[in-house]
Amino acid sequence: MNTFVNRFASTSAANELRNGDDDGEFSDAMWGSAAGFGSLAKGVPTFIVPAVPDPTAFLRLHTDDHADPSCRIKIQHGTTTLAFRFKGGVIVAVDSRATAGSYVASGTVKKVIEINPYLLGTMAGGAADCQYWETYLGIHCRLHELRNRERISVSAASKYLSNLVYGYKGMGLSMGTMVCGWDKTGPAVFYVDSDGTRLKGDLFSVGSGSTFAYGVLDQGYKWDLTDEEAQELGRRSIYAAGHRDAFSGNTCNLYHVKEDGWKFIGNYDISQMHYDGPGNVPGAPGGGYGYDVRVEGKSSADPPPAAAPAATPAVAAAA
Amino acid sequence: MECSFALTGKGYVIVAADTTAARSIVKMKTDEDKIKSLSPHLLMAYSGEPGDTVQFAEYVERNIRLYQIRNIYALRPSAAASWIRRSLAESLRSRKPYSVNLLLGGYDTASHEPHLYWIDYLGTMTSVPFGAHGYGSYFALSLLDRYHDPEATLEEGLATLKRCIDEVAKRLVVAPGKYIVKVVDKDGVREVEL
Repeated sequence: MNTFVNRFASTSAANELRNGDDDGEFSDAMWGSAAGFGSLAKGVPTFIVPAVPDPTAFLRLHTDDHADPSCRIKIQHGTTTLAFRFKGGVIVAVDSRATAGSYVASGTVKKVIEINPYLLGTMAGGAADCQYWETYLGIHCRLHELRNRERISVSAASKYLSNLVYGYKGMGLSMGTMVCGWDKTGPAVFYVDSDGTRLKGDLFSVGSGSTFAYGVLDQGYKWDLTDEEAQELGRRSIYAAGHRDAFSGNTCNLYHVKEDGWKFIGNYDISQMHYDGPGNVPGAPGGGYGYDVRVEGKSSADPPPAAAPAATPAVAAAA
Repeated sequence: MECSFALTGKGYVIVAADTTAARSIVKMKTDEDKIKSLSPHLLMAYSGEPGDTVQFAEYVERNIRLYQIRNIYALRPSAAASWIRRSLAESLRSRKPYSVNLLLGGYDTASHEPHLYWIDYLGTMTSVPFGAHGYGSYFALSLLDRYHDPEATLEEGLATLKRCIDEVAKRLVVAPGKYIVKVVDKDGVREVEL
């Protein structure tokens, strides 16, 4: 039904895309000259799309690696990202692995997108989609500031993004993101995905490793965490996912948002956390996070207490 | 969806399994015991294809019992696990394999050691300090990496199991409602309340 409506609706985004290349008002050079956002000059973003009757189907044909493992374009899927709100602000922690199919394409991806000094976005799903649209969101947040002489609220920024991706629903966008920041209402975290879902909440984790992160995060979470405890919990949860999920790993990037904006806390190697721990950081327990490292030397054996030596022969002799 | 967990502690193994028997989208029964006592010191939680599970569990149960009758002594946990794994592996290459996943917990009265084996329907067997089957494992394994203690007392072990069950109840859409929990230690097998 949706596709049927789109075909005839003159306002639908699908139509806009289809007509994008017909306009030809802007040369390719404009992309470079305005940080990739040259199309903004016209107000409405347009794309150069494949010259086929149905670009959506075309995209799906070449990116659906479930149906066709030999497809030409592989989209980055596996990830673990998390963000939570607590007494001391917002913690944002992500892994840094990019996979294309079973191939680890990169281990040094920045999955936290710094939208502006008070807003962070996380990246799960299509790397390009998240990077592009969250940077685009940053531009509109700045425009909001200039127009209204006031910083945009996290709620408004996330709604802008969710409305935007909803306009492209069904056209192949793939993103699961958390928009995090501090506004006049205090710390805030919003989950936004390409289905058009937008949720306000205290604690979210997104990506293939999210279940593993939740396992540690939920059990250690409380509102009254200290800054050090909260940072440690974020780090420990990403480690858990990096350890258990094949599509997550390499390193953990940690951010902390407070009243005066976000601060990058650090980058931690997950293998190093496994064996040696995160290093000399506040809140860390000392020693590696790894199960085998943590329980080294412990045993479940429960032998009965050994009888006092020499007691038994003495009794035997007496008998 | 079916979930089972097991963990070892100081001188014991805890085995827990959900109690739902489902067919399609319907819960047919909500108090089904899916943990069998195979011998005085051996527990087996089973899950998988309906029909196969009980058939295979009873087959194992009777063969373990037969061994005990013939030889006076029951198989030790590692020997029982090996036999069960081999049965599954042979079944896998038959015309109609058993699709059954198992958690086998036992207490070795000779070495005073608790043992836990994670076995899947493909005949994979591994000795583990804790294990899980089903969607619950996606939440429980990372949690157990963090909280499991091989030297925990029974109370601490049950508290860790409760963490797993609570976490799955909190996050898993198709979380089961009720679990049955059994413990095996030097005194044998018993059911416990969480």
